Amino acid sequence: MSTAAAGVVSGQTGTRWIPVIGLEVHCQLDTRTKLFCGCEYSFGAEPNTITCPVCTAQPGALPVLNSAALEYAVRAALALNADVAPVSKFDRKNYFYCDLPKGYQISQFDLPYCTGGGIQLASGKFIRLTRIHMEEDAGKAIHDRGDATLVDLNRAGVPLIESVTEADMCSADEAHEYLTALKEIFQYIGVSDCDMEKGSLRCDVNVSVHPEGEPWRTKVEVKNLNSFRNVRASIQYEIARQIEAYETGDPAQYPEQETRLFDVAAGVTRTMRSKEDAHDYRYFPDPDLPLVTVDAVLIERQRGLLPELPVARRARYESELGLSAYDAGVMTAARDVADFFETVVRVGGDPKAAANWIANDVLRALSDPDVAASSILELLVKPNDLAELIALVGDGTVSKNAGREVLDEMLRSGARAKDVVQAMGLEQVQDTSQIDEWCRAALAGREATVADVRAGNLKAIGALMGPVMQASKGSADPQLVRAALLRIIGEEG
Amino acid sequence: MDSPELEIVKRTAALARLEITDAEARTLAPQFARILAQFQVLTSVDVEGVEPMTGATRLADVTRADEPRASLPRAATLANAPDERDGFYGVPKTIGGGS
Amino acid sequence: MSAYEELDATALAESIVRGERTAEETTADALRVIDERNDELFAFVSVDREGALARARALDERRAAGEAPGPLHGVPVALKANMCLAGAEVSCASKILAGYRPPYTATFVQRLIDAGAVPVGMTNMDEFAMGSSSENSAFGVTRNPWDVTRTPGGSSSGSAVAVASGMVPIALGSDTGGSVRQPAAMCGIVGYKPTYGRVSRYGLVAFGSSLDQVSPFARSTRDACRVMEVISGPDELDSTCVDAPPVAAGAGTGALAGLRVGVPPEYFPDDLDADVRACVEAAIEAMRAKGAEIVPVSLPHTDVAIPTYYVVATAEASSNLARYDGVRYGPRAEGDGTLQGMFAATRDAGFGDEVKRRILLGTYVLSSGYHEAWYGRALRVRRLLADEFDVAFQEVDVVACPTAPTAAFSLGEKSADPVAMYLSDTMTVPASLAGLPACSVPCGFVGARDAQLPVGLQVIGRPLADELVLAVARAFEAATDHRRRPPRSAGGAA
Repeated sequence: MSTAAAGVVSGQTGTRWIPVIGLEVHCQLDTRTKLFCGCEYSFGAEPNTITCPVCTAQPGALPVLNSAALEYAVRAALALNADVAPVSKFDRKNYFYCDLPKGYQISQFDLPYCTGGGIQLASGKFIRLTRIHMEEDAGKAIHDRGDATLVDLNRAGVPLIESVTEADMCSADEAHEYLTALKEIFQYIGVSDCDMEKGSLRCDVNVSVHPEGEPWRTKVEVKNLNSFRNVRASIQYEIARQIEAYETGDPAQYPEQETRLFDVAAGVTRTMRSKEDAHDYRYFPDPDLPLVTVDAVLIERQRGLLPELPVARRARYESELGLSAYDAGVMTAARDVADFFETVVRVGGDPKAAANWIANDVLRALSDPDVAASSILELLVKPNDLAELIALVGDGTVSKNAGREVLDEMLRSGARAKDVVQAMGLEQVQDTSQIDEWCRAALAGREATVADVRAGNLKAIGALMGPVMQASKGSADPQLVRAALLRIIGEEG
Repeated sequence: MDSPELEIVKRTAALARLEITDAEARTLAPQFARILAQFQVLTSVDVEGVEPMTGATRLADVTRADEPRASLPRAATLANAPDERDGFYGVPKTIGGGS
Repeated sequence: MSAYEELDATALAESIVRGERTAEETTADALRVIDERNDELFAFVSVDREGALARARALDERRAAGEAPGPLHGVPVALKANMCLAGAEVSCASKILAGYRPPYTATFVQRLIDAGAVPVGMTNMDEFAMGSSSENSAFGVTRNPWDVTRTPGGSSSGSAVAVASGMVPIALGSDTGGSVRQPAAMCGIVGYKPTYGRVSRYGLVAFGSSLDQVSPFARSTRDACRVMEVISGPDELDSTCVDAPPVAAGAGTGALAGLRVGVPPEYFPDDLDADVRACVEAAIEAMRAKGAEIVPVSLPHTDVAIPTYYVVATAEASSNLARYDGVRYGPRAEGDGTLQGMFAATRDAGFGDEVKRRILLGTYVLSSGYHEAWYGRALRVRRLLADEFDVAFQEVDVVACPTAPTAAFSLGEKSADPVAMYLSDTMTVPASLAGLPACSVPCGFVGARDAQLPVGLQVIGRPLADELVLAVARAFEAATDHRRRPPRSAGGAA
């Protein structure tokens, strides 16, 4: 089986198969409190310590909508160029499970707060969004401890937005690119940390395949994918599995409409429930929650909070600041990095140098245990400091290599670049009489080399530079040394 | 062969997680049929163009500020639990099967 | 000093504030009457003797220390067993919540306590407020003090009887489709269902969320006003609670002159009990005599209110009662050892027949393939019902009609026939569906001289016209005064 352009997959029989893929992404909103109660969620807290009558479904308790959740949701919609409904409502999705305290999930069914919009991929292909709706998260059921399933309701009631795409993608790569872009946007606009490890971004995929030119075939849903890698792997697996099933030519083996789970260890998807077991969720409007209205004031306020989004920033960094596409991508992958970069440039740092320093040295420091920072914002080196260092390297005050040492010290101590350079004596000596002195000392006793240079072999000058740099303990500006050597040899010739 | 009402009662009971015996289902089915027959009058009402009334409240846009309220002490939350285990609610072992 | 049983809450609070009696003595009086009568009537499922006395003593101490008294200072009050009071057993008269003690207190209960009221116990009810007779309680039937062979009505049966029999002067019930107005009528007391959203539902165990309203029982309309003043008003914990100020307690009298009272013929059908009809017609005549203008109004969809109500209420209930799954509270039955088996076994053992019937009905009308035909249609008919009230209220100030089609019926008379039981709500469910304020006020008696049963007049108003409805009921009460105490030993016809 091989993959050609535009997602076409050639099967064993030579049939050209077209995969059809849609994504449903659940994203946790970073509000302080839960969607319908005042519990202040934090990841990793002791079980059942962030709960109240509302989120544990004590009889008689009632939900009240968190205004910030609505605002974040609207901001997300605007960032995706989607339409925000002036009126939407919350519905109850009824099913029984141990992590669902009320026996229903408050979600939005036929009147979601947002429809339309989408994301453009690098290829220019536009992935359309069908809708985005708000809903509350369920709790967590732990199955691998002891002889019982354990239920923790801390997460129950945490606000989510679920964005559903049209089945516009045709490869795992496209799905991956879409998901990456969606995550970047949500992080940029500050509505979610989109941390898959903490469960704040979860993905379900719908996959089907059909021979080129034929109608679409049965769709299979794969649920609860908790990493980008698993999204990619499960799509690739499903495409291969479905093509193989069809190519048996035996209808009994053809894919069924069903929900499957991805088995991470085995790298395969397995049946979770078939169409016959499909839930009847009995959606109906939640009588505890009045209609949700979004007026122009709310929309404009949220629009005003939208930062420049990653795609636009990348384009600007390339066209206005002269960065390579690669550097622009690295600078915009996270909003805090992009903001840091822009501040460095704004206070005078050379854009290309700033991108190099950030990509090669600053970001690497985040994995250094001595630096102990989990984001670029926590570093002791601030954009001003980096700009100062860039200037010192740029004007030759310190060498690039010495600059790295200076940055290391700045990252550890928070000291300013100039102070570190001074304290470590790394300033390049520019004093020509001092440099001349070192040069004359080095020339003495190296007549053969000098003669070589005089004979026109300029490469031989390197053998003279080493002793000079050594004598200066590395502080002499190499360009000045080279110039001085040539001048003295010439004068004395 | 079950009557349509008996079939409905059994299927609906399963959906509502009500474990009813065959005998109970046979008692309920004719009651169910009678209630629905009585309610059939609803179908005679002309509702063309009438908006559904989803609640008695005429309110809209009721929200609260994103400000924390104290959560309950865990002991209070779990005090009524039939099977409390190490700060969790314990339930029969199960794997997956949520939404 | 008058006897405890003869005073209403307003008089009791004033008497305590004047120093004629203490809150502790008053609570002891309540406990005494409960001791005397509860075995026979079964109004209370639990009585918190020590807690009530301690609370009363604390009130006396605070009063002695010069603290200003609340409007219900020292008044004993009964709560329906579906109302959350931290630490009290809130069973909803269901086995599935046996032993459940909520970790929080309802907004309206806290407001009562803050006003100086003393909760003495929880009252019997139809399981999860589903029923009209108390016969669906898992713990036993409550008996009508006018005739102990008869039902007091329901579902707030115990609260009605606690007030009617003199155990407490005021009590709270919940009215979803008439569960306060109907028992108030059948027990000869005042029952007031506020506009939907006028009282917070936070802490009221839900049955039909778009219909449920906390509603007071009282022996006088002025007490009903006073309780409403305390418990109504905005609550940030209930999104459906309206942002209107508390109901003014001083809803005045003398409002009958010039009042336009609508009388809908649909509420006087041919099969209306003849004695009830005569009683209510006389009441309307009395209003005319006091200067009210009686205007016929048409509410043509009244006959489809019952199916509309039962579709909407059971749909909501099927979802509201899904939380009783044996995970977080209540007794658990293990079943076949699987999770879903545990859910089913727990719910089978915990719910009574009528609750199961309604969960089934509600699940069915929401299920795939039937949803639009039943639930969707019922929501549209509900709109028609609300709209026709709006039209009527363009012509009249209030609507007057019977509260219930019969006086108290015999225990056992309808318990085998769900449909017959549902029809006893015919006259109360329309105001519930439309979310309107409605008051049942005693308007006379039917039956032989030695076996009299009370009848209630229902006064319905437009949304948020709670003050007007209460004022009309109060004026009617002042003009007619059909308040009477039931006989102390009511053997009944049996």
